Amino acid sequence: MLPTFCRCGSRVFSSRGYLFATRALQTKVHDHTNNVTQPRDRPQVQAKHIDISDVRKDMPDKEFRPLYLDAQATTPLDPRVLDAMLPYFISYYGNPHSRTHAYGWETEAAVEKARKQVADLIAADPREIIFTSGATESNNVAVKGVARFYKSKKKHIITSQTEHKCVLDSCRALEAEGFDVTYLPVQKNGVIDLKELEAAIRPDTVIVSIMTVNNEIGIKQPITEIGALCHSKKVFFHTDAAQAVGKIPLNVNEMNIDLMSISGHKLYGPKGVGAMYIRRRPRVRVEAIQSGGGQERGMRSGTVPTPLVVGLGAACEIAAQEMEYDSMRITALSQRLIKKINEALPQVVQNGDPKQSYPGCVNLSFAFVEGESLLMALKDVALSSGSACTSASLEPSYVLRAIGADEDLAHSSIRFGIGRFTTAEEVDYAAEKCIQHVKRLREMSPLWEMVQDGVDLKAIKWTQH
Amino acid sequence: MSSFRSKVLSLYRNLIRESKKFNSYSYRTYTLEKVKYEFRENKNVMDAVKLSQLIKKAEDNLQMIRRQVIVGELYGEGHLVIEHHQEKKG
Repeated sequence: MLPTFCRCGSRVFSSRGYLFATRALQTKVHDHTNNVTQPRDRPQVQAKHIDISDVRKDMPDKEFRPLYLDAQATTPLDPRVLDAMLPYFISYYGNPHSRTHAYGWETEAAVEKARKQVADLIAADPREIIFTSGATESNNVAVKGVARFYKSKKKHIITSQTEHKCVLDSCRALEAEGFDVTYLPVQKNGVIDLKELEAAIRPDTVIVSIMTVNNEIGIKQPITEIGALCHSKKVFFHTDAAQAVGKIPLNVNEMNIDLMSISGHKLYGPKGVGAMYIRRRPRVRVEAIQSGGGQERGMRSGTVPTPLVVGLGAACEIAAQEMEYDSMRITALSQRLIKKINEALPQVVQNGDPKQSYPGCVNLSFAFVEGESLLMALKDVALSSGSACTSASLEPSYVLRAIGADEDLAHSSIRFGIGRFTTAEEVDYAAEKCIQHVKRLREMSPLWEMVQDGVDLKAIKWTQH
Repeated sequence: MSSFRSKVLSLYRNLIRESKKFNSYSYRTYTLEKVKYEFRENKNVMDAVKLSQLIKKAEDNLQMIRRQVIVGELYGEGHLVIEHHQEKKG
């Protein structure tokens, strides 16, 4: 028996649902450094378990939870973040906009501290940070807000084909309002061509929106160069940095970024909160989408959710401290995964140029294996074939199509998301399982058999039925 | 220095002991690895001011870990498949 299973004397390994946190509650709850009280006798407290079996019948055994390798979809909350948030769920419940009492003052102070923590991570001024519900809202406010505010003078927007759905959909909505949108293609390596961008900028271009790190293939766009180009052409530059903030160094001034979208739950913070950076000098104006009490300087009305914002701030501060350490670990784990899979399996294609990718996002295509069937087989590992937002459809990802991946390879892609809490053991386990199932699925595939026999599949003329 | 030495050693022992109590595999392995890394990284720090800062940080983190271990005990859920895997191997 390994020590991992004997950490708690009161716990029987297989007794799920009956874990009693007696030791914790009887000895530790009063463990304040300056307020030590003797533990009183308390009744045993049962751990809370959530039963969803009436909603979903096919859930795996709770004692055998899958490994989490989907860090691009969302990340677990860092315990340090939860520790910062809990007081604001329990004691400090005031409305940060209440000016007449201490409940409001204490939460307002917490919100302003969080604003500074977010600003510090991207080298901005706290007054340039607006709290939102997440990167989707930030993207909407940035793209639609800027376009609508300046619509009397400028009518053209530039974005790329591999943007997140919320940017593309915002652009579609603007097209319906009479704006002109250029969807820049990307090169085979996933990066946009700066010359094409420069050629696309027109005198009436109001904003360029290009994401920092792609959520499906992890490609990093040349943000500094795009920022410099937009700056020289006097076009606003917005970047959706949801996958990048806290993971790679970002500096809004050095990179000439005018607007930036930040998500809480992609950097080990809480879900349901995000931020938008909006430059003050020279001033960028947006037309608010949401009408209301005029919070966040009128750009985002609605009560600021103090606990979530405190969590976002803590997550940003921790990300700044841990960036080097996380990056070192994640790079090593990413290389370990790719090496293991490549050593065992032929015909594996990495989507997106690895040299220009964020290493925590590894998108691999296993030729002759259908991605969805591989995902089904890999029940022990929580993975995805691409973005969570589009994972309900069986259509191949538009990002993979934009980088020119063949239809069959686009169908066979799996995204491995490595994060702060991923371990080498998890990577090894996932790689082993993946290798085992790819081999098995390929053995069942007639196409794979033909390729092994030396048939060139591209030369075959399939009869249509 | 010797007063620092015993303080640091006891903090290290306590941090390791408390980190092992995390219910969640991810938090447990991360915290253990991180505690060892931080102490190794700073093992040559001799400056008293810097040492006091690091000790304060370690003390705060120890309290945070203790609180979060309790939260994990109350709301944690099952074990990861890999924990059974390791057990089988071991």
